[in-house]
Amino acid sequence: MKLLQLSPSDLRHQLAGNGVWLRTGPFSLRIRSCLPRVAEGLTELYGQFEVRSAHQAFADFHVELNPPSRLRRWFRPQVNFSFDGAQPFKPLPLDQAYPMLEWGLNWCVSMHAHHYLIIHAAVVEKNGLAAILPAPPGSGKSTLTAGLVLSGWRLLSDELTLIDRRTGLLHALPRPVSLKNQSIDVIRQFNPEAFINRVSHDTSKGSVAHMRPPRDSVLRQHEPARPGWVIFPKWEAGAETRLTPRSRAETFMFLAQNAFNYSHLGADGFRVGTTLIDHAHCYDFRYSALSEAVTAFDRLAERRAV
Amino acid sequence: MKSRSRDLLSCTLRSPDSVTRFSMGEWDLLVRQARSAGLLARVRHVLARHQLTEAIPAVARWHFDAAATLAAKQQLAVRWEVDKIRTALKGLAFPFILLKGSAYVMANLPAASGRLFNDIDILVPRAQLGAVEAALMLAGWHPTLLSDYDQRYYRRWMHEIPPLQHAVRATVIDVHHAILPDTARYHPDSATLRHRAVAVADMPGVQVLATEDRILHSATHVFHDGELPHGLRDLTDLDLLLRDAAANPDFWLRLTTRANELQLGRSLFYALRYLRYFLDTPIPDSAMAALERDKPNRLTLALMDRIFTRVLAPDHASCADRFTPAARLAAFVRAHWLRMPVHLLIPHLLHKAFVSPYQRNEKPA
Repeated sequence: MKLLQLSPSDLRHQLAGNGVWLRTGPFSLRIRSCLPRVAEGLTELYGQFEVRSAHQAFADFHVELNPPSRLRRWFRPQVNFSFDGAQPFKPLPLDQAYPMLEWGLNWCVSMHAHHYLIIHAAVVEKNGLAAILPAPPGSGKSTLTAGLVLSGWRLLSDELTLIDRRTGLLHALPRPVSLKNQSIDVIRQFNPEAFINRVSHDTSKGSVAHMRPPRDSVLRQHEPARPGWVIFPKWEAGAETRLTPRSRAETFMFLAQNAFNYSHLGADGFRVGTTLIDHAHCYDFRYSALSEAVTAFDRLAERRAV
Repeated sequence: MKSRSRDLLSCTLRSPDSVTRFSMGEWDLLVRQARSAGLLARVRHVLARHQLTEAIPAVARWHFDAAATLAAKQQLAVRWEVDKIRTALKGLAFPFILLKGSAYVMANLPAASGRLFNDIDILVPRAQLGAVEAALMLAGWHPTLLSDYDQRYYRRWMHEIPPLQHAVRATVIDVHHAILPDTARYHPDSATLRHRAVAVADMPGVQVLATEDRILHSATHVFHDGELPHGLRDLTDLDLLLRDAAANPDFWLRLTTRANELQLGRSLFYALRYLRYFLDTPIPDSAMAALERDKPNRLTLALMDRIFTRVLAPDHASCADRFTPAARLAAFVRAHWLRMPVHLLIPHLLHKAFVSPYQRNEKPA
């Protein structure tokens, strides 16, 4: 059953009670929370995802978002993220409950899923080939990702590139796309149809909101993709849209340094990473206009579609 | 009577065959209990040894594999790190002794299987602490940030100096000069531990404790440590160490005799008692009989049973009952009680309760 088939009051009830079992990509979650904001965020953004009763089901990650103490419910209310009873983070203001769920889930995957090589990068796919977009914060990676998936590219992930160590294929985890500061408005203007949830202000990353993943990306979440490109986006005011080839060796080093678990995998991390690079075309990409950027990506995809 | 779900992890370790009858809900709980006890990789190892890997449902398997990946990487890192410590201490005229996990790895013991690590513990002569610390600092390890109070506390009363952390690799070494604090009730003689230590093959200058001493140290550690986040993991270490050592026919006699020599009979008594309770470790009655003198009175034992059957279980909500928090507190107080006399203990606990939480420096784990 899909989450949107649950009535909002049922969802709230289950979240506050035994929890809701939810599948996102290769991972299953059990989420519990008594906070209306968490229920609201899930209703708005996870409608197309599969849910089940949490009772007697196997879940990969058991997470909870609740106020740290009763007192804190009234005085400067806060929210705590628990991973099966442990609190990996300090509590945040209640206003950030929903982004905290998303950050917490990223943490769950990157700290545990060592059957993948996990790189800190967005991934989108067209015609079976995936573009990996690694980039430091502030480079416009999420904006570009959102723009591409609103223009026919399939969302695999906006944060976590999961590379299957056995097959070298990229697995999808099409959770909501995180948008920060100006990019929230950029995307609203780019496509007024896109659903973006309420903005949480004054987080450690500034103002944060999440965009609902396209329906098609969620329906195809169990479909892996072959690595096609590694592209380093950089948004620059007034810049002309430009793709420049980049050295494979340098790109590999960057990916290794920006992987969450490269060193945990030992020699296998090197094997998986170099195999990926051998199959990918590597570019630097500068842009200022999102629509031009999308056209440039579409052209790339057409060139390799033959 | 303990419910089956509360005991699921130790039940799995006692009789691995039981997993063939697990429901999905039980697999869910097993993964969670094993993760919180730091035993995911070890459970995988146990299941593999009993040809039960196929019994793990497909959805649960990656948890065990990922933990095994991490454990393998950590063992490699431990070997590398030990070699770095050896290089750093090469100029000193005495060997150093590896304790606990790193010793199990370097001595290739079954207790290394699927084990995860936080730090590397070494034992050196007390008179050489300064030289060792200086040599390690030259090689890149530096003291972790501690409050002045903690620094003083370590240096004056503890059996180790404050943890040293490597500036680049962030690995942590605990340098000990004894296996219990100076202030503790019992004082196992470090000189005789060093005297009986055995060399690690192909690693001149590196030693591990003799078999009985290694087991006694591990037992002492469990029953003198106030916080037991990995109580069950430490018990499974002991279980593996004992099963391995028991291949030697006079092992149990040697172990109990040595426990008496080192004043560690009581710790060994408790360790064996709770090993039988949690893991069905095959311990001959003769060994328990040899420790009769170290057995506490009936009242104390009844209390200790209530405490340790709770605190040695995984620190996971599904393993707790309503007395678990009280049992954890009792174990904490008991450990401190054993580690220092009252006139030191009271001010120390007051400081920890009312001053430390308001200082900026964090105590390392």
